[in-house]
Amino acid sequence: MLTKNDINNLTNLARIDLTEEEKDKLQKDLESILGYISELQKAPNVTEGHRSESYYLKNVTRSDDNPNEPGGNTEKILEEAPKRRDNLFVVKKILDN
Amino acid sequence: MRLNKEELDKLTIKTAHEALVRGDFSAVDLTESYLAQIKEKNEELNVYLEVFADAREQATEADRRLRKNDGVTLLTGIPLAIKDNILIEGRKCSSASKMLENYTAVYDATVIKRLKECGAVFLGRTNMDEFAMGGSTESSAFGPTKNPHDKTRVAGGSSGGSASAVGGGLALAALGSDTGGSIRQPSSFCGAVGLKPTYGAVSRYGVMALASSLDQVGPIAKTTEDAEILFDAIRGADNLDSNAYNLPVYPVTPAKLNIGVPYSFLNGGGVAKEVLDNFNQLVEKLKQDGHVVEEVEMPNLHYSLACYYVLMPAEASTNLARFDGVRYGLHLDGQDVTDDYKKTRAAGFGREVRRRIMLGTFVLSAGYYDAYYNKANQARELIKQDYLNVFNQYDAIITPTAPSLAFPIGKNSNDPLQMYLEDIFTVPVNLAGVPAMSIPTGFTAPLETAPKGLPLGVQVAAPERREDILFAFGRLVERLG
Repeated sequence: MLTKNDINNLTNLARIDLTEEEKDKLQKDLESILGYISELQKAPNVTEGHRSESYYLKNVTRSDDNPNEPGGNTEKILEEAPKRRDNLFVVKKILDN
Repeated sequence: MRLNKEELDKLTIKTAHEALVRGDFSAVDLTESYLAQIKEKNEELNVYLEVFADAREQATEADRRLRKNDGVTLLTGIPLAIKDNILIEGRKCSSASKMLENYTAVYDATVIKRLKECGAVFLGRTNMDEFAMGGSTESSAFGPTKNPHDKTRVAGGSSGGSASAVGGGLALAALGSDTGGSIRQPSSFCGAVGLKPTYGAVSRYGVMALASSLDQVGPIAKTTEDAEILFDAIRGADNLDSNAYNLPVYPVTPAKLNIGVPYSFLNGGGVAKEVLDNFNQLVEKLKQDGHVVEEVEMPNLHYSLACYYVLMPAEASTNLARFDGVRYGLHLDGQDVTDDYKKTRAAGFGREVRRRIMLGTFVLSAGYYDAYYNKANQARELIKQDYLNVFNQYDAIITPTAPSLAFPIGKNSNDPLQMYLEDIFTVPVNLAGVPAMSIPTGFTAPLETAPKGLPLGVQVAAPERREDILFAFGRLVERLG
């Protein structure tokens, strides 16, 4: 079952800050959900030839060119940015000095 | 001319269209009549997160088209409600999340573009479970939507606002999205017709992604005919969604249907007595009308929910990684860039969204990937195979849409697993990628809080790309009453 350490790792991986209380609740919820999901382990394995090859879905691709006028949406998009400078999104630095 | 509630209740898209063309009333009349209903009831039902201030102007433009017979379609001047995860350029679109509370869409979803070309009127954007995660619209950051038939109960979800709008007479029809039942279950709870098209039948460009291998956009409407009209307007290939395709011309729809019912799945427990009784009555009527209704074996169907609650969170955790507080949406400042993300995502995402992101992160993590994610993909193959096997011999598969009636607000909100079990009949359809529709099958006996009773619904599923069979079945159920 999940340990407190697992929960800490998950919150780090998912980049979500949680309080200790929220972590406790999450741990309980996830344990109950994972208990249910573990039923999957009883499912038979899929053998080759059993795959539904007839399944129709195919990826439809388009040519790799610009669907939009270059720069045509820049202002609209940047207007939604929490922080911008000129035509740039502003983020904190990711490298140490 | 103002139409009252009774007059609006009688309208369908087609009869409204005919009245608009004849000039019995104008598109502005129709829109204003709905706006009056919204004004009276929206505060209590919490259906619309925003009513568009320019709805009248949109209707005025529709009237101009109608007068000049300029590209008039069945949807010209028809007032629609749009789920809040479908982008309309220049309008707020929040997915009912604090994360996007102030986000303004920078382009039109393909389905919106198509409806605009038809001249439809958008009344407003409707409440939903946050990022479409939930089955009751209680996970909305802006409060639950109430069921129009019983205000103490949920509207279902995640498209609860759209379904309550149609069931409560606050829009003539609506758009929703469906990843595991989010169109069909609220439609059933609110007494509407709800269609989840075949995976790929409708473009998802401009629709916020939950689980991309499962998501579809579809109509919620008062009748099968209305659902078909709306579906025809939005479906078809799109360069901007690589899964969207054009439907082939349908083969002839059979007049008498061969219908399969997976009884062992249905009788596995947990289905409310009113729901089972109502379903069995429908089966009798279908048989009396000359259709074949037989038990079918779908031995892997009981893995569906476990399979879904691995794949959906896995895809959701990936799709929602885009909310980083850099390009759009909420931003909170932390000590460094990682801390920015963590604070922003903690403040922006509600409880259910966090839960699913964590679950998805867990099942995709290195140590558990094979045991959960790969295993779920295998189970999905088995479930698809179950459908293919049945459709070798049968035209359609029917079950109740949901195992329970619309439940009281708050009943399941502290038990996520119980909430997930509400999706038991709708989820397998998304895993298989086939189309399915929920159709109203009457009401329960009256309750103190629901003078007309609570709506019930049947779900019909058909082979991929055979929406024609769903519509035929829907008309049949409407005729049998």
